[in-house]
Amino acid sequence: MRTFRTLVMRDLRLAFAGGAWLPLAFFMLVAILFPFGVGPDGALLARTGGGIVWIAALLAALLPVDRLIAPDAESGVLDQLAVRGVSEELTVVAKFVAHWLSFGPLLMLAAIPAAALLRLSGDTLWRVELGLLIGTPGLAALGVMAAGLTIGLRRAGALAGLLMLPLAVPLLIFGAGTLAPRPGSALLLLAASSLFLCAVMPFAAGAAIRAARE
Amino acid sequence: MTSVAVESLACLRGGRMLFTGLSLGLGAGDAAMVTGPNGIGKSSLMRVLAGLLPAYAGSVGITGRIALANEDAALDRSQTLACALAFWARLDGSDAIAAALEAMTIGHLADVPVRILSTGQRKRAVIARTIASGADIWLLDEPGNGLDSASLAALTAAMAQHRDRGGIVIAASHQPLDLPGAVPVAIG
Repeated sequence: MRTFRTLVMRDLRLAFAGGAWLPLAFFMLVAILFPFGVGPDGALLARTGGGIVWIAALLAALLPVDRLIAPDAESGVLDQLAVRGVSEELTVVAKFVAHWLSFGPLLMLAAIPAAALLRLSGDTLWRVELGLLIGTPGLAALGVMAAGLTIGLRRAGALAGLLMLPLAVPLLIFGAGTLAPRPGSALLLLAASSLFLCAVMPFAAGAAIRAARE
Repeated sequence: MTSVAVESLACLRGGRMLFTGLSLGLGAGDAAMVTGPNGIGKSSLMRVLAGLLPAYAGSVGITGRIALANEDAALDRSQTLACALAFWARLDGSDAIAAALEAMTIGHLADVPVRILSTGQRKRAVIARTIASGADIWLLDEPGNGLDSASLAALTAAMAQHRDRGGIVIAASHQPLDLPGAVPVAIG
């Protein structure tokens, strides 16, 4: 447990020293630019705004992917952890937790001014926040998996994005689905997809790290 | 009891057999010196011993905790040296970082960011981490690379002290290191 805390603290320190504000700035930029693009039609903004928040959140989660694992693989940190008997699975779970902490809560905070810019009603904002709370861990898990799979590749950032986007489609569909007039079980399906990604992530990313060592 | 037992080890990398039939037995206080030309598999041997690569054939039996010091510093470049080493000290449950830095004569660099350290200073920091780790078996891959004569003397003293305490040192180097009584392991 102490090992886990030490790993998470280090990743958090590096994240906030190395531009954790970037996804946040990107997210806000989309929310600010979108009304300029579609014009001052309040009804249209309110109807499409929720989906835009979700697309912005998805793309913002992609931004830090190339600095999640690759620098540690290159500098030998992953090897040193393995020599100390820290399993790759524990390492990536720590990275997942730190990654989520560095963008999830901030994104949920930023959704409040974004909702104002996009003319979202209070009820919609509430559902966006709930959806983000459930969906962003899934996005973080996807990010860590994509980062693990692209260790040692050049231009890993762009490739990680291509890898990740199709897998993120369920999160996007169900996340935006929770905002529909009749959401049905979208929230449950969102939770299910997010949970699935979180559950698979340690094994997929851990195996990817071991494979990259060969 | 600290020991290293290697039985007819073979290592295959990228479809190429690097070495075969390597055997080595070390007990507390022993040392081994791995020599051989560049690219012959000294670093791969170190990684196999550290458990980072699978052995193609043969077996590796290790009793005791391992510390690996290779060309990858594994220190966060944006952090200060003290901060980067403190991370590993916390994982190792060690509080001997300051003393180890002094032993490698880089105590005055504790507050300097890792990215502006020179190659030799970084190497000394890696050796300091190895000393502070409290591990029983040191795997040193080219520990003398980039070190000046004063640092080499500090390294020699640290290795001697480690062996006096019952530790094992396995060093791979193309330059001579002062390891009295070390078992010679020639690859290639």
